[in-house]
Amino acid sequence: MKEFRYIDGAAILKLNEEACVGCGNCVTVCPHRIFALHDKKAGIVDYDACMECGACANNCPVAAIYVNPDDGCGCAAYIINSWISKVTGKRVNMFNN
Amino acid sequence: MPGYTVNPFVDGFQETPAGPVPRVKTSLGPADHLGTIRARTGIAGNQYKINPGLYCAGNPSSHSPVLVTANYKLSFDSLRKELSNLDAWILVADTRGINVWCAAGKKTFSADEIALQVKRAKLSAIVSHRQLILPQFAAIGVAAHTLQKKCGFNGVFGPLRAADIPRFMKNGRQADEPMRTVTFTVTERSLLVPVEICMLWKVFFLVVPGLFILSGIGPDIFSFKACVERGLTAVGATVTAILAGSMLTPILLPWIPGRQFWLKGLLTGGVMGLAFIFLVNDQAGVMEKGSLWLWVVAIASYTGMNFTGATPFTSLSGVEKEMQRGLPVQFGGALLAIVLWIVAPFVN
Ligand code: SF4
Ligand code: SF4
Repeated sequence: MKEFRYIDGAAILKLNEEACVGCGNCVTVCPHRIFALHDKKAGIVDYDACMECGACANNCPVAAIYVNPDDGCGCAAYIINSWISKVTGKRVNMFNN
Repeated sequence: MPGYTVNPFVDGFQETPAGPVPRVKTSLGPADHLGTIRARTGIAGNQYKINPGLYCAGNPSSHSPVLVTANYKLSFDSLRKELSNLDAWILVADTRGINVWCAAGKKTFSADEIALQVKRAKLSAIVSHRQLILPQFAAIGVAAHTLQKKCGFNGVFGPLRAADIPRFMKNGRQADEPMRTVTFTVTERSLLVPVEICMLWKVFFLVVPGLFILSGIGPDIFSFKACVERGLTAVGATVTAILAGSMLTPILLPWIPGRQFWLKGLLTGGVMGLAFIFLVNDQAGVMEKGSLWLWVVAIASYTGMNFTGATPFTSLSGVEKEMQRGLPVQFGGALLAIVLWIVAPFVN
């Protein structure tokens, strides 16, 4: 999305070009159009636009893509809860939702 | 059938080799709109579901396309209202009433779940082709390349938005770049505001009594008059902050400078906080005004930051980063505001 940019260099997204078989699935599913195919290999063309949704990794048949596997909803309340969980070792729900 | 009621969005049944399949209306009625309001304000929460399984629109044949969707009613509604000129089958997966887009939907909207519904509906007896059209968002949970093995059907990804389905079908089931690219228009953002605000009710009602009590503290230990008067001012500041963070920040999002949401909320809170202390009674001293302003800024920054959870472009890693910076500022600001608020009556 051109009019919305988030923090650069934050997303965890890795592509193993050697493993890629060029199926194009990642190009299709990414809602931010981050991949492009060149000579039957996928490449990352706009790394900083990645929202870590995981659609690409989930649809890569050869597991050539790695995305931050944490799949929380990304709102502040959720993250505070997950931080508290890490400290206490328990699942908590201090804040709603 | 005794004991059954037909959903208001069903207007008949289509006979198929696997039994009758409910045909859905392709326009939304009053009951649908009411339900939409309930879901959008969070009253119905994420639990606004319809029964999973096979439905149809128009007069589909064995060659008609099969469109897959989530059993969140809003997702289902947004799909069926696009089908007025199409004959299609609609396969509703059980995503526990959570929309396709929600992260929690990742685990429930899966290839396994779709395969299960394909078999339950005996889809292979109803259609002669072996293709399922999935919403692109479903890719977050559905590994389409595994569907073939699981149920004999191939998954292809349709457009991101149901509104593009008619164009997608006309294009020979090809999605162009705009259909595949996520948007976050002012309308889309505005629709999220009620949920953002309703999420805060619980915390709000915990905070309000505290504000009244703190406002009553003064040189004569506890003044009921101050409790009410200053308490109301403090609650007004809190409401201003919530409006700044959970309403103005989302709506004005692209026009507020900066990328991090806690800063966007901080800026909006800063402006709204100034407006608030100008409007509030002039009896408030400098210290009290400073306290109110800080309070609005801190709360607006937090509620603005919380909006990251609802946008389709913020990565979780990025949100964690900005929270490490934002939270200390918000917490410090709120604490300082409270201290100033308590100290002010003693100084005057
Ligand atoms: S995680 Fe999502 S946004 Fe990031 S590259 Fe993959 S599909 Fe695109
Ligand atoms: S989905 Fe995987 S194999 Fe296919 S193009 Fe992308 S990286 Fe390559």
